[in-house]
Amino acid sequence: MIPAIGLVVGLVIGIVVHPDVPLSLQPYLPIAVIAALDAVFGAVRAVLDGIFDDKVFVVSFLSNVVVAALIVYLGDQLGVGSQLSTGVVVVLGVRIFSNVAAIRRHLFHA
Amino acid sequence: MPDDEPLEPEAHPAGRTGWERLWRAGRPRLTRANAYITVLAMLLGFAMVAQVHETRSSGLENLRQEDLVALLDSVNQQSLKLSKEADNLTATKRKLQDDNGDQAALKAATARLQTLGILAGTLPATGPGIRITVKDRKGVVKPSDVLNAVEELRDAGAEAMQINDVRIVASTYFAESTDGELVADGTALQAPYTIIAIGDPHTMATAMEIPGGVVDALKQLGASPSIRSSERLDVTALRAVSAPRYAHPDNP
Repeated sequence: MIPAIGLVVGLVIGIVVHPDVPLSLQPYLPIAVIAALDAVFGAVRAVLDGIFDDKVFVVSFLSNVVVAALIVYLGDQLGVGSQLSTGVVVVLGVRIFSNVAAIRRHLFHA
Repeated sequence: MPDDEPLEPEAHPAGRTGWERLWRAGRPRLTRANAYITVLAMLLGFAMVAQVHETRSSGLENLRQEDLVALLDSVNQQSLKLSKEADNLTATKRKLQDDNGDQAALKAATARLQTLGILAGTLPATGPGIRITVKDRKGVVKPSDVLNAVEELRDAGAEAMQINDVRIVASTYFAESTDGELVADGTALQAPYTIIAIGDPHTMATAMEIPGGVVDALKQLGASPSIRSSERLDVTALRAVSAPRYAHPDNP
């Protein structure tokens, strides 16, 4: 409940503040957001599986974000940044879909 | 990562349904981990909004190549159109400035107006010329004689003429009234007749006095003409301007 409120608060702050993303962060932020979403859906699924652990969530959230950004950074350095970004988004998207499917099975038994 | 478990939909370790489990986990708990999670969630929301905002505000770098080419094409066309319009407007501006600032054209028009005024007889004229006085006690001078004199003066370069109080212009006519008076442009002339002609005095005087010319002819008729050159004569008789009824300017 409180984390959900935190999410809404973050959204509101973002809407009010209208932040400008620094140029150096621009390639990594979208990937980081996708990775964080992946972690959030994984956490919800873990809650439904009865195996949720606070520490695991925090670590997985942060590591997801950092690793995703790192992969994109590495891809940029190697000259395959856009392709690697696409790859990361595809992988994370597949994981989000499978997590959402598991959540759906838990909640709706369908 | 918390999602590496096998996919078992009915795995309910505590025997509760998914909703109960979710509700229980969602209950407010003041633990440190919960605070961390809340902060992370807040960051996520913030980052999402920031990214959405960035994507909306950033224009071209997210577009595909074909879109960029199409966009470039349309921008080029618009630029061409606008530069044409700018050319037209610049030309119009230059024209307007020329029209406003051309004092020379105004001066030329004024000078032309004065020249035409002298030719048409609407302006008084002054300058060197000759004065011809014809005494005609017996009334022998005919309109044709006056016309001859006027034509002779024109040939000699007269620029403005008057006879008595009538300005002589291109359309001036001479006639004879029923009681034998000379008539010029509808005005009766009384002897002695005085013709004032502005032009080169020497040329005009010579033209009058050539053997068999105007002066000789008048003398043979019995009139007594006399010619006097002057450095400054005034043609003061004026003629009213009448707008042409049938002729219109034909501007190419």
